[in-house]
Amino acid sequence: MELSNLLSILIWTPIVGGFVILALGDGGDAESSRAGLMRQASLAVSVVTFLISILLYTGFDTTTASMQFVERVPWIETLNVYYYLGVDGISAPLILLTTFITPLVVIAGWNTIKIRPAQYFAAFLILEGLMVGVFSALDGILFYVFWEAMLVPMFLIIGVWGGARRIYATVKFFLYTFLGSVLMLVAFIYLYRVTGTYDLFAFMEAPISMTAQKLIFIGFLLAFAVKVPMWPVHTWLPDAHVEAPTGGSVILAAIMLKMGGYGFVRLSLPIVPDASEYFAGLMIALSLIAVVYIGFVALMQKDMKKLIAYSSIAHMGFVTLGFFLNWHIGGDSGAVLGISGGMVQMVSHGLISGAMFLCVGVLYDRMHSRMIADYGGVANTMPMFAAFMVLFAMANAGLPGTSGFVGEFMVIIASFKANFWFAFLAATTLVLGAAYTLWMIKRVVYGDIANDKVAALKDLNSREFVVLSILAISVLLVGLWPAPLVDMMNVTIENLVSQISQPKVG
Amino acid sequence: MYNYYLTIVLAPLIAAIVTGLFGKQVGRAGAHGLTILGVGLSCALSFVVLYQMVWGGASPENISVYTWAVTDGLRMEVGFLVDRLSALMMCVVTFVSLMVHIYTIGYMHDDPGYQRFFSYISLFTFSMLMLVMSNNFLQLFFGWEAVGLVSYLLIGFWYKKETAIFANLKAFLVNRVGDFGFILGIAGVVMLTNSLDYATVFGQADYIAGETLEVIPGTAWNAMTVICILLFIGAMGKSAQAPLHVWLPDSMEGPTPISALIHAATMVTAGIFMVARMSPLYELTTTALSVVIVIGAITAFFMGLLGIVQNDIKRVVAYSTLSQLGYMTVALGASAYSAAIFHLMTHAFFKALLFLAAGSVIIAMHHEQDIRKMGGLKKYMPITYWTALIGSLALIGFPGSAGFFSKDLLIEAVADSHWKGQGAVYWIAYLSVLLGVFVTALYSFRMFFLVFHGEERMDAETKSHLHETPLVVTGPLILLAIPSAVIGWITVEAILFGGFFGDAIVTSAARPDVLQELGSHWHGSLALLLHAPMTPVFWLAAAGVGAAWYLWLKRPDIPEAMHKKFSGLYNLLDRKYYFDDLWIKGFAGGGRSLGNLLWQKGDQTVIDGWLVNGTANTVGRLAGIVRQIQTGYLYTYAFAMIIGLTALLSWLVWFR
Repeated sequence: MELSNLLSILIWTPIVGGFVILALGDGGDAESSRAGLMRQASLAVSVVTFLISILLYTGFDTTTASMQFVERVPWIETLNVYYYLGVDGISAPLILLTTFITPLVVIAGWNTIKIRPAQYFAAFLILEGLMVGVFSALDGILFYVFWEAMLVPMFLIIGVWGGARRIYATVKFFLYTFLGSVLMLVAFIYLYRVTGTYDLFAFMEAPISMTAQKLIFIGFLLAFAVKVPMWPVHTWLPDAHVEAPTGGSVILAAIMLKMGGYGFVRLSLPIVPDASEYFAGLMIALSLIAVVYIGFVALMQKDMKKLIAYSSIAHMGFVTLGFFLNWHIGGDSGAVLGISGGMVQMVSHGLISGAMFLCVGVLYDRMHSRMIADYGGVANTMPMFAAFMVLFAMANAGLPGTSGFVGEFMVIIASFKANFWFAFLAATTLVLGAAYTLWMIKRVVYGDIANDKVAALKDLNSREFVVLSILAISVLLVGLWPAPLVDMMNVTIENLVSQISQPKVG
Repeated sequence: MYNYYLTIVLAPLIAAIVTGLFGKQVGRAGAHGLTILGVGLSCALSFVVLYQMVWGGASPENISVYTWAVTDGLRMEVGFLVDRLSALMMCVVTFVSLMVHIYTIGYMHDDPGYQRFFSYISLFTFSMLMLVMSNNFLQLFFGWEAVGLVSYLLIGFWYKKETAIFANLKAFLVNRVGDFGFILGIAGVVMLTNSLDYATVFGQADYIAGETLEVIPGTAWNAMTVICILLFIGAMGKSAQAPLHVWLPDSMEGPTPISALIHAATMVTAGIFMVARMSPLYELTTTALSVVIVIGAITAFFMGLLGIVQNDIKRVVAYSTLSQLGYMTVALGASAYSAAIFHLMTHAFFKALLFLAAGSVIIAMHHEQDIRKMGGLKKYMPITYWTALIGSLALIGFPGSAGFFSKDLLIEAVADSHWKGQGAVYWIAYLSVLLGVFVTALYSFRMFFLVFHGEERMDAETKSHLHETPLVVTGPLILLAIPSAVIGWITVEAILFGGFFGDAIVTSAARPDVLQELGSHWHGSLALLLHAPMTPVFWLAAAGVGAAWYLWLKRPDIPEAMHKKFSGLYNLLDRKYYFDDLWIKGFAGGGRSLGNLLWQKGDQTVIDGWLVNGTANTVGRLAGIVRQIQTGYLYTYAFAMIIGLTALLSWLVWFR
């Protein structure tokens, strides 16, 4: 079945659904039947969105690099702005990731959100639609609108349902990301002046002088580096994660960080390839700093959420590393491998970090603490949970057979082609990643029962079990057979690499 | 045969999954029934495959199972390469695994984690089979890490024990240091050949050997040397070669059956197997071989010495494993790959036997592991005694035993290897393996005498309960004692001198093949046996046993006195040459301090303190100053407007 406006449906179903739920509300009582109805409605909307998104997978043509499911109608005609959507092998997997994770987040928040549940779920639905919008927008202004609009629900999710220091965290989050993205808008406006349109493909084709390319690259860089986040603009992430409710952390780590990586491949690389080449060394350096420096920092975290947040930064370092290897690889192959590796790493990190935050959420719901020191011997009272947590920890440490390995392996191999020391530093993650993840597991999951609170813990309920099982299966599936995912991206990435290897200085 | 291979691999996996996920439903009997069925099937089919390979005229098979992913012209696949090398490994792995499965029924009888344990060891068997049957580097790495995972889970099986969960973390991390090198080695292979497939890579071996890498800018390093050393770092982790050996003694915190299966017979030999499998690469780089042989020699001799001062029955055997792995590594470095694999095989049987015998003693002693509290167990546990004796004799290379053939010929191969006349490397290797024989005999029989002979030093309570262990325990002991006694005699000629491995193991055409040379002097097992008393190896072993008897049975006061007199040396050995301190205080402690420094100074002070919040504070302060102007009084604004208007008009009048 082919739907001509599938992307619009994927964007607007959750947004409209979210607004309807918001309008109906829960009557201010989380226990009321109306609140229960809203929960069910939210789940229904997110599940339906996911089911529809399967059509995106089944209808996707892996043999072409051109945009698919394209929709293009004028939006603001005086400025030549279009409502222009489409997906290729880079964006489609990320859209699927978004529609896949959102229902899990809704289920995870089922009973744990005690205040304003309707608004909470509505915020996630609206956010989902906006995120799909970012991944499918092909018009600069449309992209920018979705990009900035995304901040609003996330700002509210952390600010309303967050922890004690949520105001500090939200303001930091908002200012950091907003400052970055405003410069992206400036870059778009410049490109509009050059091309007379906001069409991203026109941007890609237009010859641009080197100076302008560099400035545009920096504008994009600030927007995307903050989102990824790259060292040294990463410090908002641990704070935001610590204060966010579990669902917020999951979406933040699993999908919102991917916006940064996506921005680099969708905009920076093809629009300003020469500047990308110019800055590639810097980007690689920053990525490797993220892997090594952040790896050490993660080791010493006392708060589980902070630890996973830092681990996210280190893992996202592989994404940016893979993306910018192209210009340092001498031979005729390796660049595609690097970018594919980065893309796979994004999808995999979405699954694993989401699962890790959900695991911490499971513990937090019971003990109301995120501190490692408050735990110990959880395996004694929660054996089922312990099995899941160890599995996801191993995935986080990049064990072959889990999705965490696939991207890292590809990027390490590609970086060896570029330079021995790139690979050397990247491969330290094998030791560091295992050290910080498994040391946490040792202190939290293993050991004798540490205190009465741990002794009183109840194992997973069926709702939690379902969510973690689904994630566990996906992590193993991608790890054991990544071919479907890789095949989806191959042609697009090959095309991208040949595109960015052509100089376009005008 | 394809279906055979699939069944061999999948039977243990399915058993592991079912037992792991539905432990409650299948129950205890179901758990061991299912997993034994799975592993038994694997074992039987492995022997069929070996039979077909050796007698049935089957040729090696290289089959792809499925494509994992393809990108950038790099095919990443899952597939099997079954030749005599992998077939032999499959038999060793599944046979020892089967014995351990049966033994576990007795050993873990009262453990609440019964099903979990069976699930893990079955999963281990699957992972190990994936490793040895792989036809490419990707799957090799998968198996490599998967056995590491199961080892981690099993060392920490009793997760309430602080020492156990410390040991499993240590094991995993030290192995990861090895894997760090290993993955770089694989990346190097891919860089030069753009392939992960063994056959393709081996086919381009000469090309790799002709390439150079600039590891340090401006210097050219031979690509093959770099790649082989990197791969060997992986082997050093998995096969516990110094200085990455520190995890293996601690791994004894795990239940004894897995010490036998994973940390003696199979997983730790993965590194040896890998280097033998990569012989077409290693043969082209003498530099890497010299690294291999020296590391092996150091491990063989110095780790053996540590065995002498250990008092935990399992740790003695563990150090002996380290030392024997060193022997195998030396053989690899001497290009005597078949000798290494042959010793690997005999060692798998007698070392598994020794561990299981130690486990049998531990059961009888009610989980007491200190050999100083044992003694005189011979009369209580005759089966354990005799099987342990066979194991110990095989370990020291008593003429006729399995270990005799493998070790004696290994030492001869080293003596006649291409390193002869090459100076220091040769003497380090040769003297280590030769003197190691004495050390091996000394610590093995020290333990044997202290456990089974002499004074009964256990307390009365334990003594009153002493009795032989049940059949599920002694059965595997007997079944392992048989190959430990006779497998060398039967197979030595075929495996070492018959060109048994065919094309699976390649030795450089540029040098004489040492095993071929030994083979030209070969006059049969009996001749070797009769020749034994004329070799230094025999007398060194005999001296070791004699010394052990004299020192620990006849005159136990002498070790006491020596202990006091040479306390410096004793401490050096007792603290394991301070390697643990280097790893734990040095690297782990250093890493934590660095982490703290980067976090608190880098992230919190510089980035957040100065840059982020600093910017925010500066903006705040500036705003505070600028705010002074915004008074809210109409006349201030009117005044500002007049000033501004005047300035603008003046500019227009005078400057335009």
